[in-house]
Amino acid sequence: MSDQILPNPSVGGAVARRRLPRWVEPSILPGFPLAMGITLAYLGLIVILPLTALAIRPLELGLSGIWQALTEDRVAAALKLSFGLSAIAALVNAPLGLLLAWTLTRYEFPGRRILDALVDLPFALPTAVAGIALTTIYAPNGPLGELFAKVGIKTAYSPLGIFIALLFIGLPFVVRAIQPVLQDIDREVEEAAQTLGANSLQRAVFVVLPAIAPSLISGVSLAFARAVGEYGSVVFIAGNMPMKTEIAPLLIVIKLEQYDYAGAAAVGLAMVGISFGALIVINAVQIFLAGRGRR
Amino acid sequence: MTDTHLSRRGLIASAAGLATVPLLGGQAFGQDKALTLLNVSYDPTRELYKQINAAYIDYWKGKTGQVIKIDQSHGGSGKQARSVIDGLQADVVTLALAADIDEIAARAKLMPANWQSRLPNNSTPYTSTIVFLVRKGNPWKIRDWPDLLKPGVGVITPNPKTSGGARWAYLAAWAYGLKNGGPAAAQAYVEKLYKNVPVLDTGARGSTTTFAQRRLGDVLLSWENEAHLTIEEFGPNFDIVYPSISILAEPPVAIVDKNVDRHKTRTLAEGYLNFLYSPLAQDIIAKNFYRPRNAVAAAKYAANFKQIALVTIDDTFGGWKKAQATHFADGGVFDKIYKPT
Repeated sequence: MSDQILPNPSVGGAVARRRLPRWVEPSILPGFPLAMGITLAYLGLIVILPLTALAIRPLELGLSGIWQALTEDRVAAALKLSFGLSAIAALVNAPLGLLLAWTLTRYEFPGRRILDALVDLPFALPTAVAGIALTTIYAPNGPLGELFAKVGIKTAYSPLGIFIALLFIGLPFVVRAIQPVLQDIDREVEEAAQTLGANSLQRAVFVVLPAIAPSLISGVSLAFARAVGEYGSVVFIAGNMPMKTEIAPLLIVIKLEQYDYAGAAAVGLAMVGISFGALIVINAVQIFLAGRGRR
Repeated sequence: MTDTHLSRRGLIASAAGLATVPLLGGQAFGQDKALTLLNVSYDPTRELYKQINAAYIDYWKGKTGQVIKIDQSHGGSGKQARSVIDGLQADVVTLALAADIDEIAARAKLMPANWQSRLPNNSTPYTSTIVFLVRKGNPWKIRDWPDLLKPGVGVITPNPKTSGGARWAYLAAWAYGLKNGGPAAAQAYVEKLYKNVPVLDTGARGSTTTFAQRRLGDVLLSWENEAHLTIEEFGPNFDIVYPSISILAEPPVAIVDKNVDRHKTRTLAEGYLNFLYSPLAQDIIAKNFYRPRNAVAAAKYAANFKQIALVTIDDTFGGWKKAQATHFADGGVFDKIYKPT
């Protein structure tokens, strides 16, 4: 929006021929002012307003107070645990989710539709139900937990338990992000690559992967974002031990229960900040990849 | 492509927005015209108040001819207090400890600061204590507090930061240490005790589930009434062990003045709390394994309530305000237990 593109009445006739800024240029579709107005109002009410409240609350503590609240051992440990495990879970879900999406779109087999529907279950299940179900299975006396316990692995009430819950809730994000793209890929391109002598590995790496990479990344980032904020399913299986298995959202709840509203908001703000930073980086990678794919 | 990205970003945005909606709600309760009382209580009192409410509805109908409705809300004591502060339209609060009602009085000014002197017995119509619930036959031979430190014993108790019952349990353990070596010994004892705790649930019910249903741990530090209830609920797979010393837990009740005045339910609410002290209610209370104030009910159910040495929050800890600040505030003694060494 620099000066020379703004219409300037004193120049007279020359103005009309000048290129208007892109956003003033009339779109082919009608209804832009209304659509934009509703978009801004809705986003403002639903997203920006609560976030502003979240940003204002910790200021009660002062900047040094916020810093102190966030560098406290217990808070730092919880943030590390939440973001670390969420990242690992999202990354593990990437290849497995890709494989699932591949199987569900590329092969025809009996029960495919049922499997396909199962992927959505973690979306549909109330998180508390998922948490209780997972805990029942992975508790030391549960069917799977017992097996793991025999070989000396603690599942429920350990970071591994949290990891399992985060895998569970993250999976559909990855699968559902990749699936439509995988379905839309032009098989002819793959066939062309084949006629040009590309072997199956080359076709997968140089033809299919670049096409689905942006959506894979988007799915993984969604799974990550969801896992960071996940509370309901994790608190049941985590064990909630300070410094060991206490996730950041639980710490927020604990702080609220101690009437430490500002401290809770500070942790919340830190989580939003870190998540936002991570999403920006992921988006940048995505744009870079999308740009390369187009060339 | 770009379109799907946009819509997905929109999805995160709206999901984030939805998560904040419950915070905005909460004001809408208690608006209906019928004479309704909302009792906001703590976790293990569900069964007790279900029976009390039925009895009070009958009593009130007999007295005035009015048909009333009583709603109950249960959860961790601290969480419930926060809901009331944030606008949950409670007519009466019946919480696990005085500190939580103090917070309502101090932060939201919904009742006078001297609320606890308005009803007999420090506004506590019933008391309880903390006992041990062990597995049938008591395989670890747990008789008293020192036995909880045996290597290998798993102790189940909720997080004192979020659970009222857990705070009473923590203080009971502290009282034991205090009587056996003084403050330093108490701290050492409590630190060792929590090293044997494998899971910290957020509320008393969560811990009971962990212990009884998931069969985790060997001893549950439990409300006395919750221990009896667990045996009724899960069959005779458990034994109750009374330690040599415990704490007199006084869960207080109070009217939320600003709310009853707004709802015009003051007489009804006052009647409700006074009713808790009546012989009929005291009998229900004792039947539900809470220790009654009424001598007749106490005598009738004496077999359920073993007499053990009980310290009180006031004489041993200098009241809730002090105990809260010393032990459970951020950076307090409880936090130090979990400091990395």
